[in-house]
Amino acid sequence: MVQQIDKKPETTQIVYDTKGLNLWYGTNHALKNIDLPIYENEVTAIIGPSGCGKSTYIKTLNRMVELTQGVKTSGEIHYRGRNIFDKDYTVEELRTKVGMVFQKPNPFPKSIYDNIAYGPRIHGIKNKKILDEIVEKSLRGAAIWDEVKDRLSTNAYSLSGGQQQRICIARALAIEPDVILMDEPTSALDPISTLKVEELVQELKKDYSIIIVTHNMQQAGRISDKTAFFLNGEVVEYDETNVIFSNPSDQRTEDYISGRFG
Amino acid sequence: MRYMNNEAVMKKMNSRKIVNLIFKGIFLFATILALMTLAVLFYRILSQGIGYLSWDFFNNFASRFPEKAGIKAALIGSIWLMAVVAPVSMFLGIGSAIYLEEYAKKNKINDFIRVNISNLAGVPSVVFGLLGLTIFVRALALGNSVLAAGFTMSLLILPVIIVASQEAIRAVPSEVRAASYGMGATKWQTITRVVLPSAIPGILTGSILALSRAIGETAPLVVIGVPVIIQFLPSGVFDTFTALPMQIYDWAKRPQADFQNVASAGIIVLMSVLLLMNSVAILIRNKFQKRY
Repeated sequence: MVQQIDKKPETTQIVYDTKGLNLWYGTNHALKNIDLPIYENEVTAIIGPSGCGKSTYIKTLNRMVELTQGVKTSGEIHYRGRNIFDKDYTVEELRTKVGMVFQKPNPFPKSIYDNIAYGPRIHGIKNKKILDEIVEKSLRGAAIWDEVKDRLSTNAYSLSGGQQQRICIARALAIEPDVILMDEPTSALDPISTLKVEELVQELKKDYSIIIVTHNMQQAGRISDKTAFFLNGEVVEYDETNVIFSNPSDQRTEDYISGRFG
Repeated sequence: MRYMNNEAVMKKMNSRKIVNLIFKGIFLFATILALMTLAVLFYRILSQGIGYLSWDFFNNFASRFPEKAGIKAALIGSIWLMAVVAPVSMFLGIGSAIYLEEYAKKNKINDFIRVNISNLAGVPSVVFGLLGLTIFVRALALGNSVLAAGFTMSLLILPVIIVASQEAIRAVPSEVRAASYGMGATKWQTITRVVLPSAIPGILTGSILALSRAIGETAPLVVIGVPVIIQFLPSGVFDTFTALPMQIYDWAKRPQADFQNVASAGIIVLMSVLLLMNSVAILIRNKFQKRY
């Protein structure tokens, strides 16, 4: 399903502005001088071969990368005008605004309801009625409400992989984020589940800004508005998705997209 | 060109099968030997001791006369001991495990600590007894009280609880931790809401097995100087007391033959307590086991 990409006016708000970002795992220079503005209510795809730093980059955006030992960064990432590396900007505050969906579906070994209510609960919502509403709204938002509404109290592990991943998306929606980061969200799913998640992403970009890492170029072409091509820790090219795929300006981008390597 | 020579393979086939059978036999023999020993032990103890198990046996204090000897002081004393050991060792043990697995950074010092906790688990119990004697009995002047013995036993089983809890915590997949952190949860929220609920069956199983080791330990109590013949029950943690293994040890070394049978009755009681605790551990493990 090819989605018509409507041209946005150039005045679109920037959500994330990365300026001169460098990142090292120990001595391994994984991200090199990244400059990347990411726009509101768009799907931004990040593509590139394995080990190019695309997952590292997306995990830097909500500072999850710091869970790995020995990570050092320099440069700035501005989220809505604030540098996320500022001392007084806590990771908890940042991650309340930036939801994340991971490569492998990773629901908690709890009921479907408790999975979705987890985020609101850790942020202090105890009222049962409000929680009920958040759960329904989030599950509807992730297009899985009809499949699970009669068994909210069953363990999320009883669902199929594709359903689990949409539960994880619903769980991310429950904290009402501004941005959703998706780290190869369909790489562990079958084609039909993948299609459902892709349709969902199209739906979600009306309300959220989405950054999606994918190793599947067709997927990037189908669902994204802008695409950044990463190679060896650098951004080789960043442009409108149709430009990247039809008329790339860098030879390496063209080689990668035409399947000559990667 | 084929490298597998069919004839050569077939010629070897019989001797391979025989070797296989021989080793099966050896391992079967080893298993049977162990089980037989256990069965003989059980039979001897049951046949000797069962006659002495009566209401009076549970209700009498120690006595010079075998027929009047009872286990009351030792049984209640062991329960008092556990009342100190369980909270102290579990609080410290689970706390250390959480710190080491969730908070501590991976560096040389922490690796050194991790390795040496496992080493501590192998230190003989008599050494822990000496440590308890120096620190709790003498330096802190607790005497041979329930508290001193309880602290000593806690130290003894602490490494076992820490290692078991660490393994249970490590078994929680890092993906679910990431999911929690990704929603803005703090470390503490992630530990209490995600890590511990999944790890608690493993932690409890390990802790109960460690506690049942503490209830059977004798050496540290001997070193601390826990008395045997006591005609009263402790009324608090600062009182002196005696415990099941001490009482059994005392009976077993007496010259009168009848006391051997009393000792067997005591062993039955101790074994029942241990079996009970181990069954609880297995029940907890089966009931709360979570799959990923």
